[in-house]
Amino acid sequence: MSGARMSALAILRGQIERIQTAEIVHQHDRVALGHGQADGALKGGLARAAIHEVFCEGRQGVAATGFVMGLAGRVAARKPLLWVRQDFSEVETGALSMSGLRELGLDPRRVVTVRAADVESALRTSADALACDALGAVVLELWGETRQFDLVASRKLTLAAQSSGVTGLMLRMAAQPLPSTAETRWMLRAAHSPPGPASMPAAPWSVWGAPRFDATLLRNRHGPCGRWIMEWNCDECQFSEPSTYSQPVAAAPADRQDSAVFQQRRAG
Amino acid sequence: MIHALDEAAERLGLYIGQPLANARAMCPDLKVFDADVAADAKTLSDVADWCDRFTPLVALDPPHGLFLDITGCAHLFGGEAALLTTLVRALARQGFAVGAAIAGTSICARTLTRQASSSIVADGGEAAAIERFPVSALGAGEAITTGLRRAGLKTIGDVASRAPSEITARFGARFSTLLAHALGQGDAPISPRKPLPDYIVEKRFAEPIATDTMIAMTLSRLADMLIASMEKQGKGARRLEAAFFRTDGVVRAIMVETGRPVTKSAVIDRLFRERLDALADPLDPGFGFDMVRLSASRTEIVVQEQRDLDAHVHDNDELAALIDRIAARIGGKRVVVHLPEDTHIPECAVMAAPAQHHLAAAMQAEWPARVESEPPLRPLRLFDKPEPIKVPFAAVPDGPPHQFTWRRALHAVVRVEGPERIAMEWWRQDGKQLTRDYFRIEDAEGLRFWIFRDGLYEGEVFDGDGKPASPGWYVHGLFA
Repeated sequence: MSGARMSALAILRGQIERIQTAEIVHQHDRVALGHGQADGALKGGLARAAIHEVFCEGRQGVAATGFVMGLAGRVAARKPLLWVRQDFSEVETGALSMSGLRELGLDPRRVVTVRAADVESALRTSADALACDALGAVVLELWGETRQFDLVASRKLTLAAQSSGVTGLMLRMAAQPLPSTAETRWMLRAAHSPPGPASMPAAPWSVWGAPRFDATLLRNRHGPCGRWIMEWNCDECQFSEPSTYSQPVAAAPADRQDSAVFQQRRAG
Repeated sequence: MIHALDEAAERLGLYIGQPLANARAMCPDLKVFDADVAADAKTLSDVADWCDRFTPLVALDPPHGLFLDITGCAHLFGGEAALLTTLVRALARQGFAVGAAIAGTSICARTLTRQASSSIVADGGEAAAIERFPVSALGAGEAITTGLRRAGLKTIGDVASRAPSEITARFGARFSTLLAHALGQGDAPISPRKPLPDYIVEKRFAEPIATDTMIAMTLSRLADMLIASMEKQGKGARRLEAAFFRTDGVVRAIMVETGRPVTKSAVIDRLFRERLDALADPLDPGFGFDMVRLSASRTEIVVQEQRDLDAHVHDNDELAALIDRIAARIGGKRVVVHLPEDTHIPECAVMAAPAQHHLAAAMQAEWPARVESEPPLRPLRLFDKPEPIKVPFAAVPDGPPHQFTWRRALHAVVRVEGPERIAMEWWRQDGKQLTRDYFRIEDAEGLRFWIFRDGLYEGEVFDGDGKPASPGWYVHGLFA
């Protein structure tokens, strides 16, 4: 490569650098997720006033939904949440259930759902909503690959989020990551509950635990990536390091024979 | 049968209800078209839409008539005579044969249109104006008209000269009321097609407008006028309708609704812009609109809140405005909030209600508290209709399956929690529904399902011969 070309590249890189650092000025506001390592990688937590993308395979849709709901619960605090979804995704993975949301420890009263017929109107609605600073977070749920959600659309959403301070969460089910202006990009899978006690390792009656996610941070604009098992704590409404028990010790009811209480094994 | 005919045919002596063969015999080169009652009704309704430009009170008088209540409207068009000429001329230009008349009562005016079109009868002159006309002009129905003729009462004047009690005894109270109305003694109210809007502003153009910028400008000017007149009475609009009157007679009405009363013209302006942008069949100006009308069909008294001290109120306002904008674009039913319902049946536990009308209720709703330190008991995603799964066998009849096939994929059950038995509400459903046993299940991949067995073993499900059959299994939801 010639010297002139190299210098041109260097100038462009410098410009990109400047644009990116200009963004940082707006993005000092971060919310800790509760998971130590993840918060470390994210420099203290998930940035508000930015776009975050969560991808998953088609069958893992509900795990990604739970993760996004957790993120939304963290960043929105007590402000309302606008959930924009496409008609089609409801057929594929079921409708978002408010009873289930309540069980995760989140507040269904602050959720407004927009049932968009197609991707265009979903995108337009989210861009409009991201500009409204009365909201805490906007979730855009899209199923499958979409041509419409390109770099331009992503840039539009980012700008709207930056100017208003609202956080945008893109839930992309059954889609492959493409270049975008997102602050972070995640790939989600459901994680196993920790194994039961040694006495009955394969017992099908072993009890359940809190929702667990196998989260991979694929891209992080201002820090390293990583992969963690994250558990959602429904009582404290935050993520945590995976507990080794499938249920909290205090809650193990008397009628259950072997609540995997003393099994000190780190799952992952 | 002849359903309708034009003047030339009438002159030949044909009449409505005449068998077609007879008519053909009288006039061999008769042009015949199939009657289309639905299309006639549609045309009448379109004409009524067009007539909205003269007065908001337009009533249908099927099959061929329209009543317009022009009380207080005539002076806008240069008086009654000028209004009548304008209306008749415009309709005639469209190719309609019109008979029109103005009178103090609707029935009298209708009688006049059949015999003396374009006449205007002042108050009190009704009886004198119609006494010469034949009784058929009253439009009282075939039986009564024939009866009157047989009784020797050929003109309306003849009928009016008899004592009302005689007429009532012979032809019924309905006819005598009709007659009284026709003679200007009392009036039956017309039933307008649309309720009268609370506020109306409109703009007419000598030169029709067609460009988007002109339309937008007109709308915002009308919005200013509307807000100004509503402000005087402390009202805000909940439902707004913009009607675009095209020069060729087509009228297009566009409606927007809001969650709380609107008091700013900028908001109205923006709502209509969103709505016009998102129309499936865009506004077609054709050769231009010669009139645009903006009306507030539902208004409410605005309670002035003190906003500056309470940021929360301000936030709710902004959220409501956002919901209005989205609803204007994609429809009010597509923006919903969620209200808890008092029932155990999972698919009925939450009701989705339009956010525009139920936002406040949803914000105040009481949701059942979750059990502390329990993992989620209800799935995060719930299928509208439970999806059937194939269960090869269950180890114990009442127990959970060891594996199942859902959407053509086999899932091996690793963990189970349950059953949770949910009995259906016998006091609500008319058909008998089965008891469900729900299990929370985790498969080998870590995916979590909420499955249920529809019906109790050996108790509720029977095959064709009345013997107990094995109940079906369904996936109802997915846990995070």
